[in-house]
Amino acid sequence: MGDPVTDVTTQSTPVFPLPRTCPFAPPAEYDRLRATEPVARVPLPNGDWAWAVSRHEDVRSVLTDSRFSSDRTNPLFPRLVKGERVSTDAAPSLINMDPPEHGPARRAVVGEFTVKRMQAMRPRIQQIVDGCLDDLLAAPRPADLVRHVSLPVPSLVICELLGVSYADHDFFQSRTSLMIARATPHEERMQAFGELNDFLGTLVTAKEAAPGDDLLGRQILRQRETGEVDHAGLVSLAFLLLVAGHETTANMISLGTVLLLENPGQLDRLRRDPERTLPAVEELLRYCTIADLATSRVAVADVEVGGVLIRAGEGVLALGNAANRDPEVFAEPHEFDIDRGARHHVAFGYGIHQCLGQNLARLELQVVFDTLFRRFPGLRLAVPMAELPFKDDAFVYGLHEVPVTW
Amino acid sequence: MVSAGGVAMRLVADVTRCVGAGQCVLTDAAMFDQDDADGTVVLRVDTVPAAAQAAAAEAVALCPGQALALVPEERAP
Repeated sequence: MGDPVTDVTTQSTPVFPLPRTCPFAPPAEYDRLRATEPVARVPLPNGDWAWAVSRHEDVRSVLTDSRFSSDRTNPLFPRLVKGERVSTDAAPSLINMDPPEHGPARRAVVGEFTVKRMQAMRPRIQQIVDGCLDDLLAAPRPADLVRHVSLPVPSLVICELLGVSYADHDFFQSRTSLMIARATPHEERMQAFGELNDFLGTLVTAKEAAPGDDLLGRQILRQRETGEVDHAGLVSLAFLLLVAGHETTANMISLGTVLLLENPGQLDRLRRDPERTLPAVEELLRYCTIADLATSRVAVADVEVGGVLIRAGEGVLALGNAANRDPEVFAEPHEFDIDRGARHHVAFGYGIHQCLGQNLARLELQVVFDTLFRRFPGLRLAVPMAELPFKDDAFVYGLHEVPVTW
Repeated sequence: MVSAGGVAMRLVADVTRCVGAGQCVLTDAAMFDQDDADGTVVLRVDTVPAAAQAAAAEAVALCPGQALALVPEERAP
């Protein structure tokens, strides 16, 4: 096996994270790495390096091994943005926790996201989607799908989940959009961020005074039962749900719509048979893998992965977008096929941190695609796909804007 | 119920490993449920019906917390 520390940095390997050069393909380098160097030392923007893991089996093994830590306050955690600073004073968040703290903290919330509870939200999600599609229908053509559908749907669903009153929906939605939109100037973005944080703080205080039958209300009652009242923790949870549940879902709505429009044969099959939507959503998740870079870890002990020794303190990038195109696991991995029926992708991650809101995301995507293509049978892109502004440089992949007409 | 190999299989869940992702319920809601309070897995069957063995195996393989196992049914003493 040799000594991996001495001399395995491939001089030719470009600095990670790598951009996608084709809108719907992973960086071309991923195929080469998986085939020739599945656990590779790769350079990072700040001059450090990390192990890039690209085989499906190895990615799953990293993400299920407690010797790989999710603690982003660890100074050795791999930094993917130049100048990114280690924040050691942030409120503990589920995404940063390791066992044994993580399990009880996750189980305190995950009951809100069970398959059953999400199914119970379906009628309300349908109403939200119907409302957004009414707006789209009323808009002058061409209209931006991102503005009318992709961003407001998850924002309003999070309002519903957190128990944000109807009167505050416009405020909430406008600030979440500002926070995400590329065109927002830095100062305005920071202001929207601050306003949302204040808003969520006030919301949690109001719920503490009168806990209602919603996620925050139930969390408050649960905390009172256990005697661990934690206002800051609830605000941090509300913000996590907003950040993790908004842009991700929005990007999947945009990318999924474009991908289906670009594959009219498959879209036609989907339209004729709603039973196909859920498997199609799984394939869209696999094919787009928008949060490829969210699954980084730092080793806290020496671990062998794919025959390579990773030492304590070394960073690991578990590349979901490489794993999800692994030909050992997915036949013809670069083909988009809504009938593939493969659910073992790692688009939601894997292991104990696998996406908390995955069943909400599935449901939102299912309702959007079912309803959008039924109500807009003539939906089409208003510009050639090559001209769409893909988020080539963003941490979460997606689209800034999708001009559509019908 | 027995598998093709003639051995009846039983599902075992370790709720301390369960992270409530719900992949098992999505795989087969007749065999799996989730606790309303903490989202952890609730087995609705003990012995896996022969027709559901493939689904049970898929649920085991998909479980992100590696909380599920399929084990041969022990013979009654």
